Amino acid sequence: MTTSNYATERETTEGKVFTVTGGDWDTVVSGTDPINDERIVVNMGPQHPSTHGVLRLILELEGETVREARSVIGYLHTGIEKNLEYRNWVQGSTFVTRMDYLSPLFNETAYSLAVEKLLGISDDVTERATTIRVLMMELNRISSHLVWLATTGMELGAINMMLYGFREREYILEIFELVTGLRMNHAYVRPGGVAQDVPDDAIIKIREFLKLMPKRLKEYEDLLSGQPIWIERTKKVAVLDVTGCLALGVTGPVLRSAGLAWDLRKTMPYCGYETYEFDVPTHTDGDVWGRYLVRLAEIRESLKLVEQAVDRLAKPGPVMVADRKIAWPAQLAIGVDGMGNSLEHVAKIMGQSMESLIHHFKLVTEGFRVPPGQVYVGIESPRGELGVHAVSDGGTRPYRVHYREPSFINLQALPAMAEGGLIADVIAGGASLDPVMGGCDR
Amino acid sequence: MTAPHDKPNDGGVPVPVTPAGASSGAPAEHPPSSPAGRGMFGNQGSGDVSGYGGLVRPRRSVESAARPFGGYFDEVHDALEEAYPGFADAIEKVVVDRGELTLHVRPERIAEVCQVMRDDLALRFELCSSVSGVDYLGADERRLHVVYQLTSMTYRRRVRLETAVPAENPHLPSVTAVYPTADWQEREAYDMFGIVFDGHPNLTRILMPDDWEGHPQRKDYPLGGVPVEYKGAEIPPPDRRRSYQ
Repeated sequence: MTTSNYATERETTEGKVFTVTGGDWDTVVSGTDPINDERIVVNMGPQHPSTHGVLRLILELEGETVREARSVIGYLHTGIEKNLEYRNWVQGSTFVTRMDYLSPLFNETAYSLAVEKLLGISDDVTERATTIRVLMMELNRISSHLVWLATTGMELGAINMMLYGFREREYILEIFELVTGLRMNHAYVRPGGVAQDVPDDAIIKIREFLKLMPKRLKEYEDLLSGQPIWIERTKKVAVLDVTGCLALGVTGPVLRSAGLAWDLRKTMPYCGYETYEFDVPTHTDGDVWGRYLVRLAEIRESLKLVEQAVDRLAKPGPVMVADRKIAWPAQLAIGVDGMGNSLEHVAKIMGQSMESLIHHFKLVTEGFRVPPGQVYVGIESPRGELGVHAVSDGGTRPYRVHYREPSFINLQALPAMAEGGLIADVIAGGASLDPVMGGCDR
Repeated sequence: MTAPHDKPNDGGVPVPVTPAGASSGAPAEHPPSSPAGRGMFGNQGSGDVSGYGGLVRPRRSVESAARPFGGYFDEVHDALEEAYPGFADAIEKVVVDRGELTLHVRPERIAEVCQVMRDDLALRFELCSSVSGVDYLGADERRLHVVYQLTSMTYRRRVRLETAVPAENPHLPSVTAVYPTADWQEREAYDMFGIVFDGHPNLTRILMPDDWEGHPQRKDYPLGGVPVEYKGAEIPPPDRRRSYQ
């Protein structure tokens, strides 16, 4: 502002001195509004604590209102699908477990179901192996929803919710460690069954968890459900109705919070889910609040499923298919550094049985052959339909494996949720989709 | 939508270019059998310790299924035939394998078929679960396949649509107008396989960087062999890696 109206100038011995009065009031009263007439493009991420991993959002703002939102992904792309083509079918489970790192057991189970379908051994998978898969998946669903609750709580201002959520998740990770030897990246569910049986310690720990968790869930509800800030930040925020969900392919809790009870465990059952007793919680508002209630209710349903699965485990049985051409030949045991080959078994095949050694060697180095063809298997992961499209050319390695990742698909709905809303609601809306970038980018 | 091979340097859609190192380590270029005298183990002539032996197997061509297909497959087939006048022209092959129905569709008809599949009352495939590509290099003249997994929530059915386009002219209509969820999935198929979906609102790379050259999921694209921008380091392709022989 150099016009004399605003800054009169006079010469002094020190030099020129300006006296500034008023401001740019002329422009304000003349009808231009620098706040609302100017669109600001804001880049959020990829390293923003509220974007759930390396997700980048480009927001075009008009004041506080989001006019356009675009998401940029790919920062966590690790080429897992390409890498799978260079490893044998059993090794695949060690790769896919790393995709969606909050629900590794779902990735493994979907992959194993697809390979089993290709092999034509879906009916040979033992009852016990299937029960263990259900047990582990439902525990995993609880831990995944807990992380969702924890991170969303943190993002909307409830830091204590984050601490509680991760505390209970830790309990589940300890169960996983007891069963699989690892907290994450288990490679526990394998084509043909599971790597090893559930130890007795784990059963005790799971039963303790089943007693503890309902009380804790009550605490979360006491903490959040009546909380005015929580209600303000979630109710009528980031609404997406059933039509929007279906058009954009959104499944899982987001679709169920809009009112459609579409849960593959009920509608297209796999792993014997039709023999378990549980409900599919829904809500009708289609907002963040509804998604919160649906996820909380799903934790309760998963607890029911875990209880039923644990009861069924009382009956012993094999956990791997009987076919020696497919079943991993090793006996596994948990050592000090995680799960590995049982030393007793190694001593036996090295010392006593040449045939076992040859067989072991061939199966481990070369792997089994899978008849050519393609299959698609979809299961209900904590985020929606997790689909595996697996193609075999008749060899020992996958010809192509594609994951239909619910994080990837659901994230497309973010602009539909965010545009027209406030910038603060982008965080709530994005969090309510529960995207895991490891799965999204693969 | 501008076809990339029509206007190579026009900005916009990146041009499919063979990446550095793409001429080596590709499955198609490896000799199909081991030299005599080495037995059946090991991969010769390559220091690859990744376990990738470069084996090439001939693919059996998939045969059309005969009626009755079984299950709900006949109903879906007949409903589509009734609702879609161009059925005989558009459907190349019907395959039933492992309890799954695959309709092989001519690429230029895919959007029309999807429209009927979604809207017809007897079909009602409301959800497009997945769109992905498969590269059948050496097994099919039209090597790039696009696979659509459709789900009917009303009837609780699944159907797979499959189309095939040649790598020289990888064009087919986008289904985003019918299934908006295909948006990112078609972008991924473009990114990974170089399949161009005409009519897509914004066909750009999605997982790889915008300036990436080549399409990584193609079978003639090697695993590794791409220079990494970190202190001048470079990861050699598998067949040039350190040898332990």
